Amino acid sequence: MTRLFGSPIPRLEDERLVSGRGRYLDDLGRGALAAAFVRAPHAHARIVDVDVTDALDIDGLVAVYTWEDLPGKLAEPLPLLIPHPALTHPKTGYPLAREEVNHVGEPVVMVVARDRYVAEDACDRIRVTYDPLPPVVTIEDAVRAEHLVHEEVPGNVAAHLVQENGDARAAIAAAPHTLELDLDIQRSASMPMEGRGVYARWDAEDGSLRVYTSTQTSTSVRAAIAAKLDLPLHKVEVVVPDVGGGFGVKIMHPWPEEVLIPWAARLLGREIKWTEDRREHFISSAHERRQLQKVRVGFDDAGRVLGLDVEIWHDNGAYTPYGVIVPIITSTQLLGPYKPGAYRVEFRSLYTNTVMVTPYRGAGRPQGVYAMERTLDAIADYLGKDRAEVREVNFVKPEEMPYDHGLVFQDGRPLVYDSGDFAASLRLLKELVGWDDFESYREQARAQGRRVGIGIACYVEGTGVGPYEGGHVLVEPSGRVMVSTGLTTQGQGHHTVFAQIVADELSVPIEQVHVTTGDTRLFGYAVGTFASRAAVMSGNAIALAAREVRAKALKIAGEALSRDPEDLEIVAGAVRAKDDPDTALDLATVAVLSNPLRYAFDEAAKRATQFAVTDTSKPPVPEGEKPGLEATAYYSPPRSTFANGMHAAIVETDPDTADIKILRYCVVHDCGRMINPRIVAGQIHGGVAQGVAGALYERIVYDENGQLLNASFMDFLMPYATEVPKIEHAHLETSSPLNPLGIKGAGEAGVIPVSALLASAIEDAEGFRITRMPISPSDLWHLRQRFAAGEIEPLHRASRRETA
Amino acid sequence: MTVPELHEITLRVNGVAYRTRVPARRLLSDCLRHDLGLTGTHVGCEHGVCGCCTVLVDGQPARSCLMFAVMAEGCEVTTVEGLAAPDGTLSAVQRAFAECHGLQCGFCTPGFLTVLTAFLTENPKPTEEEVVEAISGNLCRCTGYQNIVAAALRAAEILREERAEEIVAAGDGDGAEPERAREEAAE
Repeated sequence: MTRLFGSPIPRLEDERLVSGRGRYLDDLGRGALAAAFVRAPHAHARIVDVDVTDALDIDGLVAVYTWEDLPGKLAEPLPLLIPHPALTHPKTGYPLAREEVNHVGEPVVMVVARDRYVAEDACDRIRVTYDPLPPVVTIEDAVRAEHLVHEEVPGNVAAHLVQENGDARAAIAAAPHTLELDLDIQRSASMPMEGRGVYARWDAEDGSLRVYTSTQTSTSVRAAIAAKLDLPLHKVEVVVPDVGGGFGVKIMHPWPEEVLIPWAARLLGREIKWTEDRREHFISSAHERRQLQKVRVGFDDAGRVLGLDVEIWHDNGAYTPYGVIVPIITSTQLLGPYKPGAYRVEFRSLYTNTVMVTPYRGAGRPQGVYAMERTLDAIADYLGKDRAEVREVNFVKPEEMPYDHGLVFQDGRPLVYDSGDFAASLRLLKELVGWDDFESYREQARAQGRRVGIGIACYVEGTGVGPYEGGHVLVEPSGRVMVSTGLTTQGQGHHTVFAQIVADELSVPIEQVHVTTGDTRLFGYAVGTFASRAAVMSGNAIALAAREVRAKALKIAGEALSRDPEDLEIVAGAVRAKDDPDTALDLATVAVLSNPLRYAFDEAAKRATQFAVTDTSKPPVPEGEKPGLEATAYYSPPRSTFANGMHAAIVETDPDTADIKILRYCVVHDCGRMINPRIVAGQIHGGVAQGVAGALYERIVYDENGQLLNASFMDFLMPYATEVPKIEHAHLETSSPLNPLGIKGAGEAGVIPVSALLASAIEDAEGFRITRMPISPSDLWHLRQRFAAGEIEPLHRASRRETA
Repeated sequence: MTVPELHEITLRVNGVAYRTRVPARRLLSDCLRHDLGLTGTHVGCEHGVCGCCTVLVDGQPARSCLMFAVMAEGCEVTTVEGLAAPDGTLSAVQRAFAECHGLQCGFCTPGFLTVLTAFLTENPKPTEEEVVEAISGNLCRCTGYQNIVAAALRAAEILREERAEEIVAAGDGDGAEPERAREEAAE
């Protein structure tokens, strides 16, 4: 049988999804009551009064709730999910606002009605009186701290963290050359096509709750609901149906709605569903990316970084339920494939009266890579060196792996790279994009009156963070192989890649393998889908479970066939003797034999009843064994594995309109061994598209009052097919030594270096430094005006080019 | 408060006639999904920008979130559930999407499938640029579009192959037709 691991087979998910048989959250619970929310219209205000009287006579209204109605733990602030010693002033919101609102969109009142139309009618008639407070909107506002987001948080500083390896400041002072850069990166958002949604059913007779939610973490939502509603864990089932994209925003949990809807369902004894609309998603879910960065770097004549000192101001929005994972990742992943002589990083995570910030695909890495790559470009420019060459002299070399940076990563473990061959990746990329031939292309373009530029950006991505995931593999008496894992899926093709792994390990046709993800009824232990960890964590756990099943099958078949298990193999779904293929048992039969029965339900079962078993000297289930051809295994990594990649792009900027066009986009990517190269390529395509979006189009825009000005797809410019370039890519496979399958994560790769890359390419085309991303044609046009007025320094290489 | 007046409408969806009573403000997308139970049509923005809710109304792509259900009175609506043959055989566009990895989460997919179904009927031999133009009203957050474009071109190819086979199977004409049809399909 051909090995499926590494094979670009089409996805098993697709037949259902292309025929309209997907089951997304809002497709469930037909006839359930609908919830809607009255949300804060002010960025910062005290709630003076909530008057619901006008809403009460609406036909079809079922219930209206404010914070006052919430009992017990539900009335307390939502949990702080990831505490960290640096997070000295954590703040989380209430499920429904209590006394104060801290961003536009914060939920204040929940309405339950016959349908969403009626629920929204009722919301419209609820009068909330506010006493507005001065809002803190930008990082600059937060730093000035003339006003505070939370009275008890001095200086608006939620967290402050310094990490240092060596004495960076001394190294910079002693370096032959130094540079300083001020960088700025704007807010964006995950923006899955399907918003959030929750549907809850309370079974009063059983005292149990089933909750369907569009989440990236089933088990954690379950734990949150059980805690908030004071229910035993086993009385709460969380089922994650098809999810229409997550990209990070659905790893935040519990959302207020994830505890409120189940609570109301129990209270009312009715099924209730809440499906978020697009405006709600913009103003009440989560955003990411905004940071100000100051970089000081010292380097030698070759461009080697001798000391790097980075200061980051991170906007965490109004609350910190997900802790400070984003700036921690920025500050550690900033180093990319390089080894600075000495490194010091300091971040302040700041409160603003804006939607909270939680991880969005790439999670802090795009910002870190932006800082580092802009710095290397600046060094190359200063020294008049090739940008690729400056990168190469700073690379960690393959023979230096594992490479310890002397820092602590987001998982609390040492930042140690496991493998990678950065120089080989760079060679591949330069060839792919035609790096060395670009200057002659530039000359040709210039002769035609065209302005072109090339950029390069490299990154390293910590993937597959712990603590663990598990997998369960069960061979049914029908021969069907049922696989489950607790983590969830949002379209990454997990069902296919997990089935590929199991089909190989058990030597069964992939059509026989059925995978379930994110259903606590089937698998109750899990962490979640984030940080490109699904394939690494669940993939390895499932492989280990399948190997146990395989060993068990050989053992049981060995007994039945009176052969040593060592002499048996599994081929095409049957256990057979290596020396005699006719001596064989189907896995289905082995499954029957694995479970000694008292009762026969069918012909297969008859063969496993107590009278069919011959050896009466042993107990039917031998000591240390369990019935059933199944196994559960867990994979827990010693630390993260590190995928890496490099992107290069050629852009053209219109001399008159400042329109920015990407002419070529090339990616070299290394995620270790690939389970399904087609799916990996798809992840890269999608990531790059999101990266391009974040670099050129998407920007969350607040006005000075904290009103989100572009809370719709009309105004938040998500790219269509017309805006996304064609991606050319090549793979390098440096196996990870950290896990049995040798794999690394691939989910976020595409998005990480794009802002850095396009800044590099655009400044190369324009001849002046780009320090703020995203950049629109209008931004570029204004920069040109300032450049012409002498307000911006030219790039050294531009003046060299002029004089050459 | 007064109960909104209900309007009885009849609309044909995927060849089946449905009679239902809806308030005037009920969106066609909600009617299809929640009244008729055809949840294949998805709602991504409710302001007509993302294209997830695209269905065919009398053969033409339309955003079902920008239409009231009452406006579909007497119309022939095709949703993603109606693209496959009655025996469940997937349409060329559907097969091509699966073949080319033209979807990831699948939420926007029904909108792309309906748009492309109409487009390929009008333009059976599109260029890549024409495909990009055709889908430029539909947002996808997962795929980066590259494989969607590939899927559209592949679907066009499958449709041409199928047409050539039909002509060959019919076996009439001057005898040169099968050859021409094959050549056309191969182009």
